[in-house]
Amino acid sequence: MRPLVLNLLLVGLILALTVAGLLLGETALTHAQIRQALHDPASGAHEVLFAIRLPRTAAALVVGAALGLAGAVMQGLLRNPLADPGVLGVSGGAGLGAALAISLGLAATPGAVEGAALGAAVLVGAGLTWLAARFREPETLILFGVALSAFLGALTSLVFNFSPSPVTLAEVFAWLLGSVANRDWGDIGRELPALIVGAGLCAYASRGLVMLTLGEETAALSGLPMTRLRAAAVAGASLLTGASVAMAGIVGFVGLAAPHLVRAAAGGDPGRVLLPSALAGACLLCAADIAARVIPTDLELKLGVVTALFGAPLFALIAWRAARSWRG
Amino acid sequence: MTALKLDRAEVRRGARAVLAEAGFSVSAGEVVGVVGANGAGKTTLLRAALGLAHLESGTAELSGRDVRRLSDPERARLVGYLPQERHVGWNMSAWRVASLGAFRLPPAVARDRAMAALARVGLSGLEDRGVLEMSGGERARVLLARLLAAEAPLLVADEPVAGLDPDAQLLTLDLFREEADRGAAVVLTLHDLGLAARACDRLVVLAKGRVAADAPPAQALSPEILAEAFGLEGRLQTTSDGLVLTARRRRL
Repeated sequence: MRPLVLNLLLVGLILALTVAGLLLGETALTHAQIRQALHDPASGAHEVLFAIRLPRTAAALVVGAALGLAGAVMQGLLRNPLADPGVLGVSGGAGLGAALAISLGLAATPGAVEGAALGAAVLVGAGLTWLAARFREPETLILFGVALSAFLGALTSLVFNFSPSPVTLAEVFAWLLGSVANRDWGDIGRELPALIVGAGLCAYASRGLVMLTLGEETAALSGLPMTRLRAAAVAGASLLTGASVAMAGIVGFVGLAAPHLVRAAAGGDPGRVLLPSALAGACLLCAADIAARVIPTDLELKLGVVTALFGAPLFALIAWRAARSWRG
Repeated sequence: MTALKLDRAEVRRGARAVLAEAGFSVSAGEVVGVVGANGAGKTTLLRAALGLAHLESGTAELSGRDVRRLSDPERARLVGYLPQERHVGWNMSAWRVASLGAFRLPPAVARDRAMAALARVGLSGLEDRGVLEMSGGERARVLLARLLAAEAPLLVADEPVAGLDPDAQLLTLDLFREEADRGAAVVLTLHDLGLAARACDRLVVLAKGRVAADAPPAQALSPEILAEAFGLEGRLQTTSDGLVLTARRRRL
């Protein structure tokens, strides 16, 4: 499939899911109410559609796109199909930042938890960027990432350990499970600068990802400024991941699965997989959020739970098909 | 014109010297083979010359300029490198991989160069096939096509014929000869001494990180050097079909 056709198909799917995201939810709207919402800005239906569901859907699309892009960049950089946005510990760092902010009682301060999550992700990302510029072997970065993730996970557990009350503990847990419910345009706007810079860095790094397909030494002699490109890839993916966690908590599988869904259609090229992967990520998370809303449960399902519940079997299926094709 | 010159190079891995006082040079139009037993330092010699391995002492020059002072694009214009590692990370098409050799050119020109290079390595008709769906030998030829598509003045290839069938080995060496004939300088590491003797103008023989010989094949593979560098008892004979090596393991 030509990349343009693939991207157009995905954009069409995003539009369809956006419409579905507006129309589907806990409160069923009649045709008359929808018509009223379109014509009467003072109506309750208008409020539901444009002040609640539209920003929520937009948040799901933006976070999904960011995770899809970050996952594709990480897989390309590390030449590892198992890499995801959190593989180097950025999600863990953002989660720790949020957990600390909540346990310090900052949950009521607007933007404080999100700011702490993004700030922690930027700190972890800066450290990883420095490592990526020093060490060119992907294995080294992965090993550092595993160690860092474990350490940050331990620190988050420590926050749980010293949590002042079960209520706070529940709050931290709920936040970490991921959700885009009740997100408004302000929440999206706050993360937008980090997302734009992150996406720009990833786009800049894409040439390097293509060359890395042939190995570190070929890339080093290709004439591309590989140290800079590697650093840009890590910094860009870290910003995207940090901003995503800040906006929606920790949402797994989207960043891992999105690149796999589009890779074959994009011709395997890790540079050309970036845009379709972002679009596919947006589709996946938007669909997951709609599922979280419409699956009838007493308490609304958390986004991270839905993506894991549906994502894990989907990913196993992709792995099964890939393994069959490798075996011939 | 000297395309590559390594002088008194020392490379260490921990406390161990992998290369010691090693030097050689390659000029335009010349095919130079680097031979030696496993672990003799062949790959390190190439990496040192290209600025990929840190030199404790000595100098490495490409086209008369210190390799450490070259910018990334300048170095890429002077040399094309085919590493021994043939792993390709993702299943890109053969033409796309080959076109990476000429990625600085406009996409249509890079594609044409890639197609021409794939035809030269005998892969016409397989341009759109994914490299991970190919046999190891075919993939090696795609990577060779990438090197050829660069049209660099110096071509450095580490074990370019390893794992290839005899026809592909000869084709590969013929292509390097064609490149030398168009004026490129060529450096190859090879394990097959008979092939090396026939394909190269000069052989650099490495033994334990030192250059044991740097001479035309007949002198470089003398019985003394074969014994010292390879532990072989044998000699290179001139026949009507060219140079032929007869050798056996030395009795201890």
